[in-house]
Amino acid sequence: MYSEIIMAGFGGQGVLLIGKLLAYAGMKGGLEVTWMPAYGPEMRGGTCNCTVVLSDRQVGSPISRSPHGAVVLNLQSIDKFEPTIRPGGIMVVNTSLINRSAVRDDLIVVPVAANQIALEAGSAKATNMVALGAFLGASGLVDLGLVKATLAETFAGRPKIVQLNHVCLDKGFAIGQTCAAVPAGR
Amino acid sequence: MAKKLMKGCEAIGEAAIQAGCRLFFGYPITPQNEIPEYMSGRLPQVGGVFVQAESEVAASNMLYGAAGAGCRCFTSSSSPGISLMAEAMSYIAASELPVVFVNIMRAGPGLGGILPSQADYRQATKGAGHGDYRLLVLAPSTVQEAADLTMEAFDLADKYRSPVMILGDGLIGQMMEPVEFKRHIEPQDLPVKPWATTGAQGRPPNIINSLYLNPEDLEKHNWDLYRKYQAMASEVRHETYRADEKLDVLIVAYGTVARISRTSIDALREKGLKVGLFRPITLYPYPSEALARSVELADRIVVTELNTGQMLDDVRAVVAGRRPVEFFGRVGGMIMSAEELAENVERIAAVPA
Repeated sequence: MYSEIIMAGFGGQGVLLIGKLLAYAGMKGGLEVTWMPAYGPEMRGGTCNCTVVLSDRQVGSPISRSPHGAVVLNLQSIDKFEPTIRPGGIMVVNTSLINRSAVRDDLIVVPVAANQIALEAGSAKATNMVALGAFLGASGLVDLGLVKATLAETFAGRPKIVQLNHVCLDKGFAIGQTCAAVPAGR
Repeated sequence: MAKKLMKGCEAIGEAAIQAGCRLFFGYPITPQNEIPEYMSGRLPQVGGVFVQAESEVAASNMLYGAAGAGCRCFTSSSSPGISLMAEAMSYIAASELPVVFVNIMRAGPGLGGILPSQADYRQATKGAGHGDYRLLVLAPSTVQEAADLTMEAFDLADKYRSPVMILGDGLIGQMMEPVEFKRHIEPQDLPVKPWATTGAQGRPPNIINSLYLNPEDLEKHNWDLYRKYQAMASEVRHETYRADEKLDVLIVAYGTVARISRTSIDALREKGLKVGLFRPITLYPYPSEALARSVELADRIVVTELNTGQMLDDVRAVVAGRRPVEFFGRVGGMIMSAEELAENVERIAAVPA
């Protein structure tokens, strides 16, 4: 198993956090993992992103030119990363903020109104969790339970935040599962 | 301690704490600010002292003083900041003081940029400051190795009474990976330093100095230092990957470029090209003998770095014309992808030797 995933959105949308959660949960699941944020001039122009690599052997490059999957939370991110995803890869698209469809027809596209779903669940701040849930539902890469447990540890002592985020993960997960469950990566 | 997911910079900081270091002197610069940030939080928790100096020049001379007083101490900076510390580095080497320097390299020259680079290989291994001195240079390739080598760097600095450098790049500083701290040392359990200037009550005074106006004395001092650097040869270390058989191409790379190479090698192997990796872990002393043995198995050598070809000189010196040595590098903060490196290795391999 070897999979490179990019999480991208505006600064403040929490893409670095969901990348860390995925990496941490992957580590708990016994995988080799890396998490690499974009820093410097890459951060300008409306996208903030990180690359997570999950593998059953030592991870080589922590950066990716052509990821197996991507979670894109804003328009700039889909413009930047859609062309780079490997054929057959998963792309979670936040339709709350992205008003166009995927251009490519060789990807497993998971449309999810992440802002709207999070807002209905209690707070738009959990938009990132809906998107992560959708990615997990579609990819099956890391066990949802491990992600939830990691989240509970990260926000220990703040049960309301944990509960909201768990609900949002579940809602996203259910949407992700309805999309073709073809495992990302090779 | 259980495995934690940490940035390379944070892991280096925690490793220093676990090694019994309680003093940090530094000045901010991207992309290593997570190290001083981490130390500023952690050191007060363990009774240590964090000093943000007024400049790199000041910080590095504070290290001279702290190390002279027998304390484990370190600093971290990035390329332009290391240049500013080079004068003190020379004095620290001349005065035989154990100090750990961390350089999380960014692209240069001059102010350059803040993205990852390996452009300071020559500065680190051939001497940043003036005079006939050497740094023991360690180049980690994973966050775990960054932590392990940082802990060892303090031991090596004490063993040789010499500055030691951890040479990383922006990638290893910013990347998160699982890390585990395998050892823990309390400052009071560290070996006593009988040479340190700790107050001369009841013993003859110790003197820490780099000024030798008498040329006979200075010549002796230079040869003493030389013998010490020769003795460091026993610390040499390297790693190979899929390089124990007859090879079409041997890639020589260090740091994070070495791990990018591993991905390229796996892809090239799937295409039937026999490619392996030689990764120096100590950049000084350089693992020349081991490299010479690996070179024997390969038809040609490709050196790849995030510079225009610096370690290339050391590899060429080892190969000494017995095999073709080619180079592929990206600079300016650009990083080769595994695919790009594979394409270039394939291109080079296709040209008749």
